[in-house]
Amino acid sequence: MSDQPSVSPKVSCKGVDVFYGDQQVIHNVSMDIADRAVTAFIGPSGCGKSTFLRCINRMNDTIEGARVEGLVEIDGENVNAQGIDPVTIRSRVGMVFQKPNPFPKSIYDNVAYGPRIHGLVRDQMDLDEIVERSLVRAGLWDEVSDRLDSPGTSLSSGQQQRLCIARAIAVGPEIILMDEPCSALDPIATARIEALIDDLRQRFCIVVITHSMQQAARVSQTTAFFHDGRLIEHGETEMIFTNPADTRTQDYITGRFG
Amino acid sequence: MSSVHESLTRRRRAEMRFRAYGLAAIALAVGMLVLLLATIGVQAAGAFSHHKLQVSVEWTDNASGPTPPVATLVSRLNTIVREDLETVFPKAMQDRRSQVELHDTVSRLALLPVANRLSRDPPTSGSLFAFDVALSDDIDLFLKGSPKLTSTVWTDGVDSIEQTVGDSVELIYEDGGLLALQREGESNEPTLLLQMGGVVIRVASITDSVVSGKVLVGEVSAIDDQDRSGAIVHRVAAPELQRNVSDQQIAWMLVLQDAGRIKRTFNADFFTNADSTYPELAGVLAAIMGSVFMMLVTAAVALPIGMAAALYLEEFAPHNRLTRMIEVNINNLAAVPSIVFGLLGAALLINFLNMPRSAPVVGGLVLGLMTLPTIILAARAALRAVPQTVRDAALGLGASKSRAVFDHVLPLAAPGILTGAIIGLARALGETAPLLLIGMVAFVAEVPDGPNDEATALPVLIYKWSNGAERAWEPATAAAIVVLLAFMVLMNAAAVLLRRRIDRTRL
Ligand SMILES: Nc1ncnc2c1ncn2[C@@H]1O[C@H](COP(=O)(O)OP(=O)(O)O)[C@@H](O)[C@H]1O
Ligand SMILES: [Mg+2]
Repeated sequence: MSDQPSVSPKVSCKGVDVFYGDQQVIHNVSMDIADRAVTAFIGPSGCGKSTFLRCINRMNDTIEGARVEGLVEIDGENVNAQGIDPVTIRSRVGMVFQKPNPFPKSIYDNVAYGPRIHGLVRDQMDLDEIVERSLVRAGLWDEVSDRLDSPGTSLSSGQQQRLCIARAIAVGPEIILMDEPCSALDPIATARIEALIDDLRQRFCIVVITHSMQQAARVSQTTAFFHDGRLIEHGETEMIFTNPADTRTQDYITGRFG
Repeated sequence: MSSVHESLTRRRRAEMRFRAYGLAAIALAVGMLVLLLATIGVQAAGAFSHHKLQVSVEWTDNASGPTPPVATLVSRLNTIVREDLETVFPKAMQDRRSQVELHDTVSRLALLPVANRLSRDPPTSGSLFAFDVALSDDIDLFLKGSPKLTSTVWTDGVDSIEQTVGDSVELIYEDGGLLALQREGESNEPTLLLQMGGVVIRVASITDSVVSGKVLVGEVSAIDDQDRSGAIVHRVAAPELQRNVSDQQIAWMLVLQDAGRIKRTFNADFFTNADSTYPELAGVLAAIMGSVFMMLVTAAVALPIGMAAALYLEEFAPHNRLTRMIEVNINNLAAVPSIVFGLLGAALLINFLNMPRSAPVVGGLVLGLMTLPTIILAARAALRAVPQTVRDAALGLGASKSRAVFDHVLPLAAPGILTGAIIGLARALGETAPLLLIGMVAFVAEVPDGPNDEATALPVLIYKWSNGAERAWEPATAAAIVVLLAFMVLMNAAAVLLRRRIDRTRL
């Protein structure tokens, strides 16, 4: 829509439509997402943010009746092309969900699961190292290093969410998708996640869905506003929040609807 | 304000009432259960013990050579037991009828295990050989209290005893006062037995000072002064014609008991014997083994197929008309009466595929088919109960569908699946009707060695025994029910342990 980033985008979508059965919920969305930056998706509930986010790592494949049309490219490679295994896409695109969902296994096993299934490690030492590195990056290491064997579900929900981030990082993704990662957390835990997102921006392409305007303003460099399955506005976060082009964006960020 | 208060008390009262109903319902259910278990338990208690006669003889090995075959040993033991009884009760030899009655107090077949022991480990000639032989089922029942025997001590001494004709005697009590004794004997014409030392007299009539009767055991001349000083009065509740033990047999047992020759032992035979046409020899081992083999086959059929079907339907199948139709039909199948599965087994497995009749493998297949829908339904419910977030988490990390299912969904659903499977198997364990149709009701006197041998199953055995004519089948039936229930409790306990195990490994 508005100004294109100067460098080549990490993710590039062109004319994406998504249907659930006969019902179309995403209409002709085109958007580029920059690498090593945080992009925020905002918009009223049910406008299709999650659905569009799932197009990037082909999670819509797992929903029965969902159908994606249009072009989604990561580094210029069509993720929906024939012969592309969604498994390889998802190893490149990590995902963090709204509700922290650690496996009912130990903290260690939670983080180690991804590297194990993708065969990223040769031996236990490698694995130990990946687990530690991921937990350090997720800012959780200091809190759990002495109890890696205790169940992931025994952590507080803020810690659980950071565990989920560590679990996603461990696979070595290039992109991390976060679908309302803080909506189930208290303000302190939220602040920690936000700091973490800001930190992770150095290495990853991050997309965050959020319902909090302040959060979008704090963590993102780019913001996309969705409404009714359509991308209304997309640009620098500061621009969107200070000088939106569309009245619907204006109404939404000033709290007049949504 | 006050109206809120009023409605509050009303609501509270309604809640109390509701709670009371719930408690009453639970109390009723528990009461029924306790009643059921108690009746079965009381009935069964008789079958878990048996009265045996202790016999010991000086063993003479007449044929010094290879030990004779078991059948010969049984005959020899039988002769020993009979001769032993005849030595104790020589009067029984006077007429054929009482001789037969005496021999009938022990069961000849009960000597088989003794003979087996003997042939394995023959005693040296001249040594003392002691063994126990089971008393016949009617005698055993009598000793366990049916018909009821009440014994009281009569402290009046008898003044003189006159032998009239043959075994008839008159006991003369010069002080009189026998009316109390008489009154005791009047109701419903029960048998009165007077025991003095080793002598037992059946009372025929009583006047105030004279008891006349017939000597059943012992010699009047053997009654010494000490014996005369009192008597034990035994009253048998039912008249002789209404019971299976004669007065004569009761008299013998009283004397044998006094001599300490009868003991009540744990009836191990009940657990080590196969079925028999004699209730005192019938055991549940063959049926237990039959049920075990059958359950193994059932589990081997129903568990993998049921789980695979549930996994496919729940996790992989698209939701369309076809899968919906399959679902509906599985539900219907779960409601099909079990006897229909028996017909299917008889027609398909036995008549068409020529599988053996009465074999646990056929029973297991039939019960497996019957259990399949139950297991599928339970497994699907358990899989559905696993939160979607777990699948999302695994898929989001790049796990393939099947990895996500096997690594995460299945372990979480396992306890539920297991519970469903155990419930299904427990139902199959208690199933009788389909087994009747595939011939598992046949009389099988041998313990099966494998699922292809002829066998019967516990519930079928219970069904058969409950139809037995002799009264001794009653406690045997109850005992078999107890075994079946124990079996089920065991299975459930195994399920609970497995669940715990799974829960622990999963954290
Ligand atoms: N699995 C689904 N099946 C059918 N409709 C769906 C499904 N998931 C979402 N939808 C519909 O798609 C629209 C967009 O949903 P979603 O992407 O979850 O919105 P958002 O994340 O912005 O709140 C909504 O109208 C919702 O009802
Ligand atoms: Mg959403």
